[in-house]
Amino acid sequence: MTVSLENSKAVYQGIKDAGIRFLTALPETWLVYLLQMADEDPEMCLVEVAKEEEAVGIAAGAYFAGEPNILLMQNHGFLAAINGIVSLAQLYSVPLCMLIAYRGHIGEPYPWHTRGGIVTEPLLQALQIPYSRAGDPRRVGRQIREAHTLSLSALSPVALLLDRDLMED
Amino acid sequence: MLRSRAIEAIYPALEDKIVVTIMGACAQELYDCGHRDNFFYLQHAMGLASSIGLGLALNLPDERVVVLDGDGSVLMNLGALATMARYRPPNLTHIIFDNGSLLSTGGFVTHTTSGLADLASIAHGSGAPHVAAVNTPYDFMEAVGDAFDRDDLSVIVCRVDAVGPDHFGMDLKLPENAFRFERHIREKRLMTGD
Repeated sequence: MTVSLENSKAVYQGIKDAGIRFLTALPETWLVYLLQMADEDPEMCLVEVAKEEEAVGIAAGAYFAGEPNILLMQNHGFLAAINGIVSLAQLYSVPLCMLIAYRGHIGEPYPWHTRGGIVTEPLLQALQIPYSRAGDPRRVGRQIREAHTLSLSALSPVALLLDRDLMED
Repeated sequence: MLRSRAIEAIYPALEDKIVVTIMGACAQELYDCGHRDNFFYLQHAMGLASSIGLGLALNLPDERVVVLDGDGSVLMNLGALATMARYRPPNLTHIIFDNGSLLSTGGFVTHTTSGLADLASIAHGSGAPHVAAVNTPYDFMEAVGDAFDRDDLSVIVCRVDAVGPDHFGMDLKLPENAFRFERHIREKRLMTGD
């Protein structure tokens, strides 16, 4: 399995079409092309963090500054960021649009991803974070735009799970 | 040296800046000087005040952003020091009040008291270009003045007594603080045409 360059382009175009020019991310394999595109795009400001909870703080700062922005992380990074999501974004009604590489679900060959994959959706539900799964490159642009729109109107974290069908060839 | 005195001393200079504080005593002492809508008090999510400051500073290049942090919070998010230094916003001043204590949550000593952790060295080792370690009011004010005059990321680690206010409470609900803070920045940007 290799990471899909074509579909990564579709995701990146969706991010751009949603008006996003500020990304906060922790690198991971499925996001490698996305982050390369962001890095090479003079219109995009990309901040790579040391741990995902930082990204929640940076995203909140960007929001306060009036800058539309998105977070990119793996689902294990989402697990690492939960206190920030709850005790900053949800507590203060700060929008947060998260694109999450959904590792460890059906088809996962690597044992180390599986436990995080199994708990990801139940945790999103328990935290009352609205989410969709993105598996179709023709629809992902619209899904990104809609996730971002909902985060702003609901003043809430919103997640879009990037599925294996989308991210791997 | 008392943190409340240090905050009182810089309070007039914070009027035209964007300020983020950590929870508890530090937030209360700034609030007690008189709330302004350019102050955001992060009453939970320990460690993220510096990250919020970074997100603000990168996106508001014409504003001066000040983070009032503490040793307990910084120790919870040490990676943020490295992230800040990597992106090095010239308009960010990171003030860390080191009282060696988790004062607002029971007064337990932190690693800066019970161990050998030196936050100024850690900030320096993270790549911060200007780090000052101070423990007197005079040196603190001089370091803050230098930081505000300088067009570069500055970190000030200020040793203070483990003493906090004798009361806690604000007439400001948490989302209200966020709403007013965001509105303040938005209106300021509209006024300056940014």
